[in-house]
Amino acid sequence: MDWIAGLLIPFVKALVLVVLLLTGFAYLSYVERKLVARFHVRYGPNRAGPFGLLQPIADGLKMLFKEEIIPRHADKLFYLMAPAIVVVPALLVWAVIPISNFSFRIFGYEITFYLTDLNIGLLYALAVAELGTYGIILGGWSSNNKYALLGALRTSSQMLSYSLPMGTALLSILAVVGSLSLVDIVNAQRGLWFIFLQPLGFLIYFITGLAETNRSPFDLPETENELVAGFVTEYGGIKFALFYMGEYISMMTTSALATTLFLGGWWGPFVDELPILGIFYFVLKMSAVVFLIIWVRASLPRVRFDQLMGFCWKFLLPLGLFNVMVTATVVALWG
Amino acid sequence: MAIEQALQIFVFVILTLMTLGGGLAVVTSRNLFHAALSLILSLAGVVGYYVLLDAGFLAIVQLLIYIGAISILILFSIMLTRGLMTPRQVQRNEQWWIAALVVFLTFVVLIVALWQMVWPIADDEALRTPNVAISQLGEALVGPYAIPFEIISVLLLVALVGAIVLARETENNQGSHAEAGSSE
Repeated sequence: MDWIAGLLIPFVKALVLVVLLLTGFAYLSYVERKLVARFHVRYGPNRAGPFGLLQPIADGLKMLFKEEIIPRHADKLFYLMAPAIVVVPALLVWAVIPISNFSFRIFGYEITFYLTDLNIGLLYALAVAELGTYGIILGGWSSNNKYALLGALRTSSQMLSYSLPMGTALLSILAVVGSLSLVDIVNAQRGLWFIFLQPLGFLIYFITGLAETNRSPFDLPETENELVAGFVTEYGGIKFALFYMGEYISMMTTSALATTLFLGGWWGPFVDELPILGIFYFVLKMSAVVFLIIWVRASLPRVRFDQLMGFCWKFLLPLGLFNVMVTATVVALWG
Repeated sequence: MAIEQALQIFVFVILTLMTLGGGLAVVTSRNLFHAALSLILSLAGVVGYYVLLDAGFLAIVQLLIYIGAISILILFSIMLTRGLMTPRQVQRNEQWWIAALVVFLTFVVLIVALWQMVWPIADDEALRTPNVAISQLGEALVGPYAIPFEIISVLLLVALVGAIVLARETENNQGSHAEAGSSE
């Protein structure tokens, strides 16, 4: 009966996770529209269902039933592949994110609230999240449109540049914990969350997270005032929706990683007595980070491309390296 | 156990097809962008080999560096070249026979070397031990292998400085052109 523990349980868990994330995406788009509307002193979607709650379903159906249009000069294979390549890596990262240390037994099998505890979980998350870039590059290139291509060019340089300061932020966490396993990292924050130990690290992670998920103020790949719609220019219908799905799921992934790395994961009051509370705390903290991301979008104007690059290479990277040096010195002397 | 072994061989065959097929497509594809994408397929096959060999750390590093960074840089630079939308490159120049000769000789040397090599086979004990801890790898890099490690970093630094020098030169040229243009 080894296959139940080895195959069936991970499969069911992955399925539940994917369904939850996709539903999360649908309602995140609703929440974002509502929130941005409140920031603008508008109502936001309020026609479909009570409080507009059925709006995501209406949007989804509309996208699904659009006519499929493929530009004649597009590279068809990669044009169709690109939206999927954006979504899949964003989902894959969730394999290593520990939601809670709570576990229950069903028919003698232990069910934990994470898919796997890789001993290189953090590196895995970093490497897989980076693959989403390919979806955008391929989408922009295969559309055979100069605006889309420029969008793809910007994305590749932006994501490559910002992954360096992000790496320094993660490095300082590693220096403190001494393990790449995300479960170990959360366990190490039992007494004190790393946001208090590494405030600079959190700031750098949050800013680079915004840039890696192409969120405002770093949404240069799709600047509509310069590039029509950037890499999504030639996309419509459900393929367009898939690009958005990728962006929103990446947003949740970034928030979940921020929660795991800096905000103490599942830890909170009374978690020792009642471990199931951990799930609630995790979702609460993650939602807080998502809210912050949306708030930033409603508050800040988009930056210029040269400002974006200058900020990354001349400010964030030196700051990140400085942070790593200070952390390493402190750990070496008193760790 | 038999099923497991059969499965391993099946995965190995698929990975080999990916790696070699991708490599072949890199040199035969007439579209430069497709060639770069085939290179990524080939590198992904190598990631698969590492996973199959239980070398998780190497697999992730391969993914992070070769697929996540270097290949994106390659695609980036290809996107900056001219005539990208209709890329039909000429595949050989007058020196093709020299290249073919070198390739053939390298192939012969490799085959002979690999044939004569006695491969150390790890005993069951070593195979059963879990992944080498990453901290051990780190300690080895700053311990016994500190000097090679530093030499590599100096090499990379030289390459970096060289690249900047090359880029600066063209920037100055453009700058002088722009100045000349504005003065006209």
